[in-house]
Amino acid sequence: MSLQFIVDGLLTGSMIGLGAIGVTLTYSILRFSNFAHGDFMAWGTYATLAVVSAIGAIVGKVAPIAPLSFGWPLLVALVVGMAFTALLALLLDKVLFSRLRSQGQAIIVVMASFGASMALRSLLEFTFTSRPTYFSRAIQIAMPVGFGIRVTPDQIALLLLTAILVLGVHLLMTRTQTGRSMQALSQNAALARIVGIDVARVVRVTWIIGGALACVAGVMIGILVQIRPFMGFDMLLPMFAAAILGGIGSIPGAVLGGLIIGFAEAGAVQLIGAEWRAAVSFIILMAVLFVRPIGLFGVRER
Amino acid sequence: MIDLVGYGAFFLTTALIFSLVTLGLNLQWGLTGLFNVGLAGFVAIGAYTSALLTTPDDPARLGGFGLPILIGWAGAMVVGGIAAALTGMATLRLRSDYLAITTFGVAVVVQLVALNAQKLTGGPFGIGFIPRPFGSLAETPLLFNLSNLAVVSAVALIAYLALEHLSRSPWGRVLKALREDERAAISLGKSARFYRVQAFGVGGAIMALAGALQAHFTGFIAPDNYLPILTFQVWVMLIVGGSGSNLGAVVGSILVWAIWAGSGTLTSVLFAPEQQARAASLQIVAIGVMLCVILLIRPNGLFGDIPRRPRLGKRAKAAAAKSSSGS
Amino acid sequence: MNETVLDVRNLEAGYEPGVPIVRGASITVGQGEIVVVLGPNGAGKSSFIKAIAGLVPISGGTVLLDGKDITAAPAHTMVRLGLAFVPQTENIFPLMSVEDNLRVACGILERREIPGRIEEMYAAFPDLVRQRRTAAGNLSGGQRQMLAVARALIVHPKVLVLDEPSAGLSPKFVSMVFEMLTGIRKSGVTILLVEQNAKAALAIGDRAYVLVEGKDRHEGIASELWNDPIVAELYLGQRPQHQKGGMA
Repeated sequence: MSLQFIVDGLLTGSMIGLGAIGVTLTYSILRFSNFAHGDFMAWGTYATLAVVSAIGAIVGKVAPIAPLSFGWPLLVALVVGMAFTALLALLLDKVLFSRLRSQGQAIIVVMASFGASMALRSLLEFTFTSRPTYFSRAIQIAMPVGFGIRVTPDQIALLLLTAILVLGVHLLMTRTQTGRSMQALSQNAALARIVGIDVARVVRVTWIIGGALACVAGVMIGILVQIRPFMGFDMLLPMFAAAILGGIGSIPGAVLGGLIIGFAEAGAVQLIGAEWRAAVSFIILMAVLFVRPIGLFGVRER
Repeated sequence: MIDLVGYGAFFLTTALIFSLVTLGLNLQWGLTGLFNVGLAGFVAIGAYTSALLTTPDDPARLGGFGLPILIGWAGAMVVGGIAAALTGMATLRLRSDYLAITTFGVAVVVQLVALNAQKLTGGPFGIGFIPRPFGSLAETPLLFNLSNLAVVSAVALIAYLALEHLSRSPWGRVLKALREDERAAISLGKSARFYRVQAFGVGGAIMALAGALQAHFTGFIAPDNYLPILTFQVWVMLIVGGSGSNLGAVVGSILVWAIWAGSGTLTSVLFAPEQQARAASLQIVAIGVMLCVILLIRPNGLFGDIPRRPRLGKRAKAAAAKSSSGS
Repeated sequence: MNETVLDVRNLEAGYEPGVPIVRGASITVGQGEIVVVLGPNGAGKSSFIKAIAGLVPISGGTVLLDGKDITAAPAHTMVRLGLAFVPQTENIFPLMSVEDNLRVACGILERREIPGRIEEMYAAFPDLVRQRRTAAGNLSGGQRQMLAVARALIVHPKVLVLDEPSAGLSPKFVSMVFEMLTGIRKSGVTILLVEQNAKAALAIGDRAYVLVEGKDRHEGIASELWNDPIVAELYLGQRPQHQKGGMA
């Protein structure tokens, strides 16, 4: 088999991993699995696309930053899209999740997220139709880097971006008061309040981080693959599997889980064919649940 | 007039098949508190199993075996029940979120198999020539529809009565007790956990039976019939009717299916053909919002019996208080 | 009695609306005092103290801290108001290091003040220094209790409120914890604690209250209460339970 699957796996793994960070944070801090997380991805991507188009309409055509396929408008739009997605997550929490959480039935919140996911996705379909679209139709030449592996400049840039973001989130979680507050809340919510942590604020930060990263993951998919209303929903199973494989609540775990699933998918595509890609996450998920349900870096729930 | 009766029978048949799925879900969720977001997968398993067993031999794929319809239905229940029990077993000791994610995965994989395992499922084109119980009556649609309705009603009634009996039996009372306190349920011994697997398995078998009924009623199945939207519809039906109530499951199904079919008819009248796909997505948005609103303002639906604030341990209380301050 | 720091009047509180567990309990705690709340099992001692800390919904009465009404204050604002609470169980973050356990509690301190404050806690609780990088979940029971108390003290509270600090500890640690509390009082911190271990608590306390069925039924000088017949009677006709680990 060709070693190209290494690059493919890294890329797929990055997309899954960035999304899984949000899933694992929501699960460990708000204590529910958010089925709408994939749709945050799609909404963030469409928002970014809309801003790119708007910038294009205002300032005209902008030359891409050589050798990448996109120019500064996409970078500006990505930042706007991240803010938009974070706001969307905050809004959904305010009108829906927080109210149900206060009723104390965690699984009802999961149900609501499933309903919200359907509504969000269909709203995208209604607005943008289900036809795929793209940030750029230009075809990039992949550069050979040895061992039969080829990489495009976009791919390198996005891998770097992922690495920076993951490192950033990791430092935030371990080195800042906000990050420690998040850890504290996920370990013992009552004690977190006793030591003076404003839970509402930490919850907001959680949604902002999760939403913003979902947007980046979506835009990555948009640049490297295509933009569709279902793009996020299709990522849901890999993201959940990655979060569980890594151990719920662990940021490095989510990223590593994402990479493992990314590599497994890329390998499976080469060995048994692309149509079975989606089954990979499921098989890994089942294996984890049977062998080590707490995941690689997880701890037993109290 | 005759048309109207025919349509009424057709409508009710579909609604009652949905009711059967909802009854299965009510056993899993309403009675036992087990969360299934992949029920479309179990419905599909039933439909495909029965289709494989009963269709005439087809050189392009495995089977069919040309067996009697009733054997097809029994086979559907067995396979669907086993699939559900296995799923339940995988997540037995874990929080219900894990079961939700796993069932979601089951639905994805079933969809994948239906699409790609051509030798087994006929691929994207699905399976045709599924024998209908009263196929000979097909020339007189009214009679055909009414006899279908009779069969489906009978099955739904049997399932309803059996589930009512079960939920009042000691078995059902244990399930309800487990539902009220998930932590206790997980920490309890093997036997209590096994109760949950049983409930999940039986629920899955009922869903599979519904899938089989539907397959034999339309005579044709394809992967498209079992998309996540089906799961979503059934959940709305149960929540509207009220989790925990079998009567609610049936009434909710009929009601929501009426709303769904009605709004579908409305969009086809109001929108130009090229806009109808978009209008259909708006229909889903509306139902999704409706689900969330019901969860917010009337979580018990019409007939539900899950207490709004179950008795909680101190920890859970602190968590609940925490989240209310987080709003 | 010195100037009153904590003044609780006719407190009513409970988890469910309409089902008060605390039914009109009143206590006062003076500056620099150690005040003990005793009572038979199920008297609502724990709910009482948690209500003061903002963790159980209050349905009536007032809680004044330095004359300021803190009755309805959310739990997370209590440290800022000057009240630090040490729960009975699960009072540390088990997966965080000892140092992060202390640091996460420093939210209300000035940033530059934090490292020095942490070192002060290590000086006061030398057992914790060697474990500073250890996950708190791996500490022994006594060390956990120290960490929990250090975490509460780090923000300079006016009042330290403890829920059964001796629960679940071996006799050696029980005496250690109570010695620690006397030390803390010497540094000027006012202490309110709820205890099952009446003998040990009365030995270090200044005054004590007996809570029965959610109401304060008796009050007195700690050292005298041990032999007070009313107390024995309130404890359902028994003497306050003798525990083997008591500070005899």
